[in-house]
Amino acid sequence: MTTPVVSMSNINFHYGSRKVLDNINFEIPDGAFMGLVGPNGGGKTTLIRLILGLEKPETGEIMVFGQPIQKLKNKDRIGFVSQKANSFNKGFPATVYEVVASGLTAQLGYFRFLSKKDKQKIHEAIAQVGMTEYTKQNIGDLSGGQQQRIFIARALVSDPELIILDEPTVGIDYENVKRFYELLYKLSTEYKKTLLLVTHDTGTMTQYATDIVCLNKTMHFHGNPDEYASLTEADFSQIYGHPVSLVTH
Amino acid sequence: MLLDFLTYPFLRYTFLTGILIGIIAPLLGTFIVVRRQSLIADALSHVTLAGISFGLMAEKKYGWVISPIYSGMVFSVIGSIFIEKLRTVYKAYQEISIPIILSAGVGLSVIFISIADGFNTDLFNYLFGSVSAVTINDFYVISGVAAFVLVIIWLFFKELFTMSFDEEQATIAGLHVKWINMLFIILTALVIAASIRIVGVLLVSALMTLPVAASMRIAKGFKQMIFLSILFGEIAVIFGIISGYYLDIPPGGTIVMTSLFILLVAIGIKKIRK
Ligand SMILES: Nc1ncnc2c1ncn2[C@@H]1O[C@H](COP(=O)(O)OP(=O)(O)O)[C@@H](O)[C@H]1O
Ligand SMILES: [Mg+2]
Repeated sequence: MTTPVVSMSNINFHYGSRKVLDNINFEIPDGAFMGLVGPNGGGKTTLIRLILGLEKPETGEIMVFGQPIQKLKNKDRIGFVSQKANSFNKGFPATVYEVVASGLTAQLGYFRFLSKKDKQKIHEAIAQVGMTEYTKQNIGDLSGGQQQRIFIARALVSDPELIILDEPTVGIDYENVKRFYELLYKLSTEYKKTLLLVTHDTGTMTQYATDIVCLNKTMHFHGNPDEYASLTEADFSQIYGHPVSLVTH
Repeated sequence: MLLDFLTYPFLRYTFLTGILIGIIAPLLGTFIVVRRQSLIADALSHVTLAGISFGLMAEKKYGWVISPIYSGMVFSVIGSIFIEKLRTVYKAYQEISIPIILSAGVGLSVIFISIADGFNTDLFNYLFGSVSAVTINDFYVISGVAAFVLVIIWLFFKELFTMSFDEEQATIAGLHVKWINMLFIILTALVIAASIRIVGVLLVSALMTLPVAASMRIAKGFKQMIFLSILFGEIAVIFGIISGYYLDIPPGGTIVMTSLFILLVAIGIKKIRK
């Protein structure tokens, strides 16, 4: 069996006196398309910050690609699209090309400049998200959905093995959400990427994901979409801490 | 008209120095503006004033001859390191480092000035700039600073861009954000100290931000913004120095008014385009 891409064991985490993560144990298998759901404030973003090494757990260990995250040298094996990606300074005159190119900065290393091949990679990443005609536009002039695609291209350009996306579809219309999931599906099946997607649109996500986890301080559920579909209203009330009415799509 | 600048050596050095700071001040200014740190330049220029006052006081009171450009640079660099440290102490209120450092700079300046029983004209030149204050030694020091700044920015361009656009992403990717920030603010301190001879303490931050504010309105992409900022900065410096000389006004005033004029035109162009 291959080593899981991410494994967390016995993770506890507080912000001040507030317990955010309570004894988390879980793994993301190689090649999984994992959907992470849960109520607002349930600790999803915090969990991701731990995986990225931006926060340190109080107990337990986080392994990424079989190495402790703090020791992982090639951080470019992880691509990340932040929940805050869209809150950048809209007046910043950076072109789509420049933004996507910045995804290669760390991989290139200090004192190195973009080669012809790198430039080709940048154009390919932009094409992959269907934004070629906007290459020379300022990113601030694009719509929210288009900007989100550029941030995905920036995460893709360094060809990471694991891609983490934190609520990337918020504020994007239905048509574009569908295109977005098709892109993720292609990344998962054709390019064999491992994906971790935080989202609230469970209706669409469950059609594509291979694994689903529910997080509200503790891990409440970990299973495949069929198992997720068989959860009852009572189960959800327990996860969300209040009664939930199920909307079936 | 230009002939005076070619004939008199002291004017020639002012002119050449002006051309250099017309490149490096807006160049650093582009990064400073997009990172919303425009006020840092103001804080550092006041710290530089403390260094200059210290140099003038040391000369007047104790007969030590320290060129104020050196004492200004030393103070400015030390101030920049403090700002960067304070920014990490007050993570949630990073801008608080600015009034702290700015008031420290002014406070020290007042003390040094009064110990020396005031300086009159010298100080006036440092506050508003001067066309006749640049010595050949200053010119060499400023050329050195300009060469150093250009090389560092060229070497770290992609890291600086990546950090300016999205500092969190840069941290996740494993860039040494703290060290690069430190390096950048030290460059800023050097450029401010180098620019003060010509534009003056009170107006140096304007030369770093106004040309950028203008180019930001019309540029497509970051590289074009840098190019336009330098172009606007050069126009302002050249026009400002020449007109300041003939009108007998400190060049700080004429440079800033030229920059402001360019800014208004840029805003107008953007409006017309829409
Ligand atoms: N930087 C922070 N400092 C203090 N508390 C925080 C911070 N970030 C998040 N929290 C708190 O931690 C909890 C989990 O937040 P988060 O991980 O963002 O949840 P989610 O992404 O699931 O909505 C929330 O109660 C939130 O208020
Ligand atoms: Mg979140």
